[in-house]
Amino acid sequence: MANNRENGGLPSRRDVLAGVVGTAAVGAGAVAGAQQADTPKPRPRAPEDPTKMQGLVPRPLGERSAFETPRRLVRVLEPSSSSRTPLQYLQGIVTPADLHFERHHGGIPNIDPERYELLIHGMVERPQTFTLADLKRFPAESKLRFLECSGNGGTAFQNQGRYPRMSPQEMDGLTSTSEWTGVPLKLLFREVGARPEATWFLAEGMDAAVMTRSVPMEKAWDDAIVAYAQNGEPLRPEQGYPVRLFLPGWEGNASVKWLRRLDLSDRPFMTREETSKYTDPLPGGKARMFSFGMDAKSLITFPTFPERLGGPGWWEVRGIAWTGRGRITRVEISTDGGRNWEDAELQEPVLPKCHVRFRKLWNWDGRGATLMSRATDETGYVQPTRDALLAARGSYTRYHYNQIRSWRVESDGQVFFAG
Amino acid sequence: MLVLLSACAPESETGSSAAAEDDAVLPVPPEAARALPRPELHPGMPGLLNAAELEALAAAREDGLADIGHLPEFGFGETASPERIAAWDIDIGPDGEGLPPGSGSVERGETLYRLQCVQCHGARGEGSQFEALAGRVPGDRFPFAEDRRYRITVGSYWPYATTLFDYIRRAMPQAAPGSLPPDDVYALTAFILQLNGLLGSGDSLDAESLPRIRMPARDRFVRDDRRGGPEVR
Repeated sequence: MANNRENGGLPSRRDVLAGVVGTAAVGAGAVAGAQQADTPKPRPRAPEDPTKMQGLVPRPLGERSAFETPRRLVRVLEPSSSSRTPLQYLQGIVTPADLHFERHHGGIPNIDPERYELLIHGMVERPQTFTLADLKRFPAESKLRFLECSGNGGTAFQNQGRYPRMSPQEMDGLTSTSEWTGVPLKLLFREVGARPEATWFLAEGMDAAVMTRSVPMEKAWDDAIVAYAQNGEPLRPEQGYPVRLFLPGWEGNASVKWLRRLDLSDRPFMTREETSKYTDPLPGGKARMFSFGMDAKSLITFPTFPERLGGPGWWEVRGIAWTGRGRITRVEISTDGGRNWEDAELQEPVLPKCHVRFRKLWNWDGRGATLMSRATDETGYVQPTRDALLAARGSYTRYHYNQIRSWRVESDGQVFFAG
Repeated sequence: MLVLLSACAPESETGSSAAAEDDAVLPVPPEAARALPRPELHPGMPGLLNAAELEALAAAREDGLADIGHLPEFGFGETASPERIAAWDIDIGPDGEGLPPGSGSVERGETLYRLQCVQCHGARGEGSQFEALAGRVPGDRFPFAEDRRYRITVGSYWPYATTLFDYIRRAMPQAAPGSLPPDDVYALTAFILQLNGLLGSGDSLDAESLPRIRMPARDRFVRDDRRGGPEVR
């Protein structure tokens, strides 16, 4: 591990600590191993009247206002690690690339784009390698799409009521939305002459885990992208630089980062991730395998912990909704713990397999209230209650936690996660 | 990358010296290993497509190709030689496809385990800093959705023994991932299976015997059975 710094690989523990300085208050122990450092920084200074002096000149690289210090919430369990998007901080639907969540299984590799090659082989007529320049020369496609880790929300699901001091970031911060640009995978598969008898392909990463997942060929012929850009610029190292697989609407783990190899076959490969990890135990002694699709889900991001409402009156309840099956068609809000529901407004654009922003004006009377959101998608799927999910999957199922979340607003305005 | 190169198999096993200069050369099986007869995949294996699924896939392929039908064939990229493919092709199938020649005994695996693995996984695979590797559920039940007392281990949950070989070879040990030659990987796989009561202490593993090991949880897995629409599953 000593040469990680030279390799630009895994961050040191000190980096990690530094990275979370300034993180908003987090619930006690809700994210095991979360590094917290509550060294308050002095508040930045600004002139009394900014109109009375010349401002700064343009800079080659912009940065946030010194008053804005959003941070990902980092959890390091080497070699497995993650960081979470501060969902309560964001507006609209696009996640700034430096706040996009991370999930790694062998750290972030340092890859020279000039030496990068993608190898495609197996059940193909012409096994080929493609350089980054080759990939960029193909006709490109850009899509705004969400990416969510299928373990997102697990702590809240499995520890019902134990962590009222959970922010949206802690609870569900493993989801983000970006504009992804790259080559449609079907174009590459046509180039190499993918044989009709190929039913699966293996996607392999270039990280220390040389991480692999088997993906059904159907996804390649549909909407899979070999992506090299995110929100207009090359992928961030932690998002797969220089090239990642992107599978819209599917669990994040299958969108293999630092993609180096695609091997076409007539059966899945049964890798570690798709057997011992990303499978869903079910009641009755079975487990669901290759459960790629992310079902409809919504989450209120305001008002939520650690927010405290300043008093009764008009407040706008805000949040995001998404579904891996297509478009969100409806989001409903309840302010009385699920007895009554009213439609929220969906902010355009409402794109398939993408976060959608919802809003609902709420005239708070100052008494205790329980806020909930419930999404419906174009397939008629309605975001289930926790009880419905428990009945279908069992108490300790792993992955795909899309149950309705609720938030308790106390009469003093303090908001807590309420299961 | 230096770690990978120095710990890699002797050059004669990598097939060519050109491959040895490559950036991330890993031990490469010669073609002979690839030609081993492929054991039958068990009929219930999730992911084997039935006739209806094959038909749906053919239709999806046709639609996909129609979407890009207006685009020319570009001819970008370069042909990948068999040596180029072999330098990276390390995946092992559930049928054993891709397993390299070599073998390893439980006994040797135990020695290697003490040197390389014990720190993270515990003396007997019980887990310490990282996940547990060993343990069975009484009666080989599979209660994981409803009962938190049992741990997910190789013996209680992993459906294919080949996965163990594949993962150890590509990603372990943590301090020098991908550095173990095939004999060591066979030995460690054998020892971990023995810890789980799936091999005897005098046993060994090779490309023929490994894919024939029947894991207790093999038949516990079903392909995604959510069918779309309003149903919550």
